[in-house]
Amino acid sequence: MSILIDADTTFIVQGITGREAVNLVKECLDYGAGAKIVGGVTPGRKGRDVHGVPVFDTVAQCVEHHRGPIDGSVVTVPPAFTKDAVFEALQNGIKLVVIVTERIPRGDVAQMVELAAEREARIIGPNCLGVIVPDVIKMGGIGGPARDAAKSYTPGTVGVISRSGGMTTEMSSTLTAAGLGQSTAVSIGGDAIIGSSYAELMPLFEADPQTEAIVIYTEPGGRMEAELARYVTENDSRLPIVAFMAGRFMDEMPGMSFGHAGTIVEGKEDTATEKIARLAQAGIVVAEEISVIPDIVKDKLGARV
Amino acid sequence: MTDALFIDVEVDASVAQDRELAAKLTEVCPVDIFAQSDDGALEIVQENLDECVLCELCINAAPPGTVKVIKLYSGETLPAGAAVAGG
Amino acid sequence: MRFFEYESRAIVAKAGIPITKQGFAKTPEEARRIAEQIGGPVVIKSQVLSGGRMKAGGVKFADTPDEAAGHAERILELEIGGHMPRGVLVDDRADVKHEYYAGVVWDGIRKLPVILFSDMGGIDIEEVAENHPDHVARAHFSTLRPFSDWQAKQLISSLGVTGSALNRLTPILARLARLFLSYDMTLAEINPLGELTDGAFVALDAHMDMENEARPRQKELLHELGVGDEETRQAREPTPFELAGEQVDAMDHRGVAGNVTEFDGNLGLVIGAGGGSLTLFDAVRAQGGKPANYCEIGGNPSVRKACGLAKLVLQKPGVERIAVMMSIVSNTRVDIVARGVIKACVELGHDPAEKIAIFRIPGAWEEEGFKILERYGIEYADRSVSLHEAARRAVEKIQGGNGAGAEGDQFRQTTAEIGSETDV
Repeated sequence: MSILIDADTTFIVQGITGREAVNLVKECLDYGAGAKIVGGVTPGRKGRDVHGVPVFDTVAQCVEHHRGPIDGSVVTVPPAFTKDAVFEALQNGIKLVVIVTERIPRGDVAQMVELAAEREARIIGPNCLGVIVPDVIKMGGIGGPARDAAKSYTPGTVGVISRSGGMTTEMSSTLTAAGLGQSTAVSIGGDAIIGSSYAELMPLFEADPQTEAIVIYTEPGGRMEAELARYVTENDSRLPIVAFMAGRFMDEMPGMSFGHAGTIVEGKEDTATEKIARLAQAGIVVAEEISVIPDIVKDKLGARV
Repeated sequence: MTDALFIDVEVDASVAQDRELAAKLTEVCPVDIFAQSDDGALEIVQENLDECVLCELCINAAPPGTVKVIKLYSGETLPAGAAVAGG
Repeated sequence: MRFFEYESRAIVAKAGIPITKQGFAKTPEEARRIAEQIGGPVVIKSQVLSGGRMKAGGVKFADTPDEAAGHAERILELEIGGHMPRGVLVDDRADVKHEYYAGVVWDGIRKLPVILFSDMGGIDIEEVAENHPDHVARAHFSTLRPFSDWQAKQLISSLGVTGSALNRLTPILARLARLFLSYDMTLAEINPLGELTDGAFVALDAHMDMENEARPRQKELLHELGVGDEETRQAREPTPFELAGEQVDAMDHRGVAGNVTEFDGNLGLVIGAGGGSLTLFDAVRAQGGKPANYCEIGGNPSVRKACGLAKLVLQKPGVERIAVMMSIVSNTRVDIVARGVIKACVELGHDPAEKIAIFRIPGAWEEEGFKILERYGIEYADRSVSLHEAARRAVEKIQGGNGAGAEGDQFRQTTAEIGSETDV
């Protein structure tokens, strides 16, 4: 099993004719059993195709062509048009929106998230690489071309959640090399407001019988780690969590922006030191370096049996 | 190693004057290695050679065997196995 | 990006919130003229982007225009938190009866804006929230539906405020909530929000912070305020080295090779991407290395851009070698980055095998990249070598193995300086 997507998931790509989107479509079609990309949208380009995927002017046309509801959409349109594209997807019944676009102002993100909540839909991202279920399906650029993704991701029992797209692959690859496969890996995005946080994905992993442990990549900035610590404490989670915290040096440089938009230390609570302490209090092990994560995970899994 | 040149492109003399091909090569290359002079003749933009992404679009656009991409760092050529004129 | 107080107050006034009579002055003479126009006691306030103005002597009271000019002269020469002021604000000294607080920020967990109100203004709101929680009211509000006046009224009245104060405060808070969204602020704060002896309410000070990502669509407002595109308004001004990094990144639109921050070490870093850079910078320091810079490459940059960034780092005074490291790449290409950094070394007259301490970028097109690296005799590593191990090897090469423990003192120096500039 997996979370969010599986072999049957259908999705579209909004902004499908863009340079990066064209690559992404090919990668997803090539990976695992081949993603069911049922259409793409670029206004004014109806009638074309991208690697065999038909292009339409509107999401409604995709739905009509598919003759039924579509599960998801990968949104890769420029920042100024993203909100409109996401609204279009949500209003046409799409329940899972992966937003790849970066540099979207948070006022726009908040609106998308609010509308998604009203439509009982879920947003992953923005500024993320998407979701991958090893050897089955990937939705987004996560892991890169199918051949490369296969080197890093293998099926298994570890759920991966990461604020950095690249580090999702780096950590999964480390797990894979140590014989630990992944149930689902989710790149949640590095912005200050994102559609799905660690704590919001936890119940899905909790409910997934395949998942036995969680590995997360975190950074300074924001309160998402505190939210996760609270979730774990309050819900008596069955899943051991191992975290890696990057950007510890930023504690000494408040107000300076590094890495992602959400990664800026603005107060005491969002420093790396403070977050590590909070996670530790909730029983989440914070690894000093990535290479030691597999051993900690194995240790945790062994201890539970 | 005292030089840092990575890619060279060879266009066979038999097609070098073909303006139609020149236009085609100029269009397909994603990193602008090919260009046309004012009279439409094919030009190779030296400073863009090392931007080559080995996509082979130029090779596929030209008659077989007329365009070769040479990896100077390994001596390999694209399309694979093509002989390089003049060694 | 942060606004100066005089800009923040202009924004507030533009949104229809009353402010005191005031003017921005760059010379003592201008300050005198503004004081004359106001015609009464004034306050002279230093315009710097750092806190603690009062303590540093950057706020002075004047009863006459002459006195105003005198204070302005001294304040204009007074450095606060490492910054010279951009000018002074000459502000009407209003007769204040009571000070309130009003502010709007984002709640990243609820993913909604939250408006805060307190009847204890003039001091830091976090202090009030901690010591007098019953004097702070807060309410989340929708970004989809327009903010309605009743939402402000309900918030204010929850602290027991009634009568004309309630009716006069309501539109002010409602306008603040609307300006927060319409101008893409990440912080919009009026503190103190003064109730004057004549019953009027005015913004006595304001603090606005706009989201960088929104700058393109807020061009009109920024233009009106005279904020240039080149003003980054970070916690410290960019150095020439960092500005040169921006130029490298602007060379073409393919990918990113920039986001450079300067440090004082001897190991130049060509690292990526966002999360990878953060991890690698930590890793180098954990191994006792002294980074000369932070930077980010990613999104499949051109050879030219990777070369430009590597050249910039190589030419930085004090840099002995560079380490080229990234987390596993899926979009950026190993061979393209390899070509770029080798070109940089060779064109500057260096042997790449000598200058590049280690090259650790696994992923897309790695076979091709490794061929290039081998040809030039550069030490490289694939994904079986962790980011921390790669950092260790780089540090070992530059410090001959006695790196551990030799924590970068100069790094501390640089950051201590930055830290002191941000005591907001």
